[in-house]
Amino acid sequence: MIVHSIFFYIFSIIAVFSAVMVTVSRNTVHSVFFLILDFISISCLFIMIGAEFIGMIMLIVYVGAVAVLFLFVVMMLNVSQQKNEWLSGEKNSKHIPIGLLISTVIFFELIIVAGGWKYKPELLKNFSNLGIDLNTTNTHEIGKVLYTDYIHLFQLSGMILLVAMIGAIVLTFRHREGIKRQSYFKQISRERSEGVEVIDVEKNKGVKIDV
Amino acid sequence: MIENLIILFDEIYKVLFLLIPVLVSVAMIVWLDRRVWAFVQKRRGPNVVGPFGLFQSLADALKYIFKEIIIPASANKVIFILAPIVTMTLALISWAVIPFSEEYVLADINVGILYLFAVSSLGVYGIIMGGWASNSKYPFLGSIRSAAQMVSYEVSIGVIIINVLLCVGSLNLKDIVLAQQNLWFVIPLFPMFVIFFISALAETNRPPFDLPEAEAELVAGYQTEYSGMMYAMFWLGEYANILLMCSMGSILFLGGWLSPINLYPFTLIPAPLWLIFKILLLFILFSLVKAIVPRYRYDQLMKLGWKIFLPFSLIWVVITASYLFYFNLLPVN
Repeated sequence: MIVHSIFFYIFSIIAVFSAVMVTVSRNTVHSVFFLILDFISISCLFIMIGAEFIGMIMLIVYVGAVAVLFLFVVMMLNVSQQKNEWLSGEKNSKHIPIGLLISTVIFFELIIVAGGWKYKPELLKNFSNLGIDLNTTNTHEIGKVLYTDYIHLFQLSGMILLVAMIGAIVLTFRHREGIKRQSYFKQISRERSEGVEVIDVEKNKGVKIDV
Repeated sequence: MIENLIILFDEIYKVLFLLIPVLVSVAMIVWLDRRVWAFVQKRRGPNVVGPFGLFQSLADALKYIFKEIIIPASANKVIFILAPIVTMTLALISWAVIPFSEEYVLADINVGILYLFAVSSLGVYGIIMGGWASNSKYPFLGSIRSAAQMVSYEVSIGVIIINVLLCVGSLNLKDIVLAQQNLWFVIPLFPMFVIFFISALAETNRPPFDLPEAEAELVAGYQTEYSGMMYAMFWLGEYANILLMCSMGSILFLGGWLSPINLYPFTLIPAPLWLIFKILLLFILFSLVKAIVPRYRYDQLMKLGWKIFLPFSLIWVVITASYLFYFNLLPVN
């Protein structure tokens, strides 16, 4: 048990430290790397409480895909310069009210969540009331709930994601004229009669080639 | 206290017992790769150092160790040094879950295949960090290319894994192997095996998909600025990843440690040897592909990943699921 708590404190200290460093560090690429470190340590915490499925999905989705895109965007746009301007220049006053509002909302949400724990301690004590079988893996349990009770919500969220994806593609899609594209079908279905032509060349006149 | 220490040393012993053979076999596999490549092209390959040139990798390693490590002046030093370490570590930690037989497995976790998938998807970071921290044009372009490529091919590998999982009903690697006792998945899921093989080539940046380090265009891609031992670590990580992909392929499709037929002469050979034999077979296929196939163009690579492999493997998920559902073969427990 002591090993368990040692690891818990190691991972949570790393998580809190890197979360602070995300906002504090001047170099934006460094903040993204700290964000990744944060994700990894949070997923380690998930694995430690026995939610290995969620921990692994967190690694695959957030670290393996989302953070890579973050990193791409941050590397491509020169965000660090902009950030420095915000930190030092006159513009910073605009962002403070919105930031304060959002952080207060998140703070109260956290209080509500923690309060729920505080006032219903018996909920945690007897798992049997929740209908969770402790012998099966939690992947099975998530599957059992997700595809039976919450199937409509699950499908709905899938549809929303699909629509968002198609919307993003439509927004960025440009059909540019005059670009040569490769069509495998055209290439393969060409025959010798279309490709090659034998011409008798008259002397001193040459041939005209249509392209 | 003493018991805890004994447990700790036991674990360390087990880890070393796994890691040292992996590192040695990585060195050997580099030699094998060069030999196979040479034989396809009717050359001799490395044959001077030691018997059959077996110590060539050792000699190369010595050379790398004694070379000076050069860090570019404008590089971001911390990330520059971290990048090869990340690559190497990620390539090695995934070996923890590979089951060599029913008993020989370091960590028998419930979500073994997800762990492998997650760690291989983290492999992108070593490359991006190396390319960005070098603060030079060729490495940056190479790392951007490589990251886009690895992210694209991961998607189809994920869908292929779903195909296998539908037939198994568990995320545990042992269960995946044991489910193949009667029939290896390479037979019913043969198209998926082919796509997995090609995606594994792309995921590990092997030819014909070695665009990140296309010599003619990008010098050496993300590792242009690296020298000495740091370059060697990138290299070791790359080959350890290739071996890992081969073992993933043999566990998912070729029945892991199981012998082809459960009969007398085959059962004499111990189980780990079967897995090693299958890994070697896949690796020789990898190096044959390197020798005979020309490099893809970048747009062709992306087209192959997104427009051909992804739809095909998605359709195959539907086919597998409907087949299993119709004949009532779904593994329910």
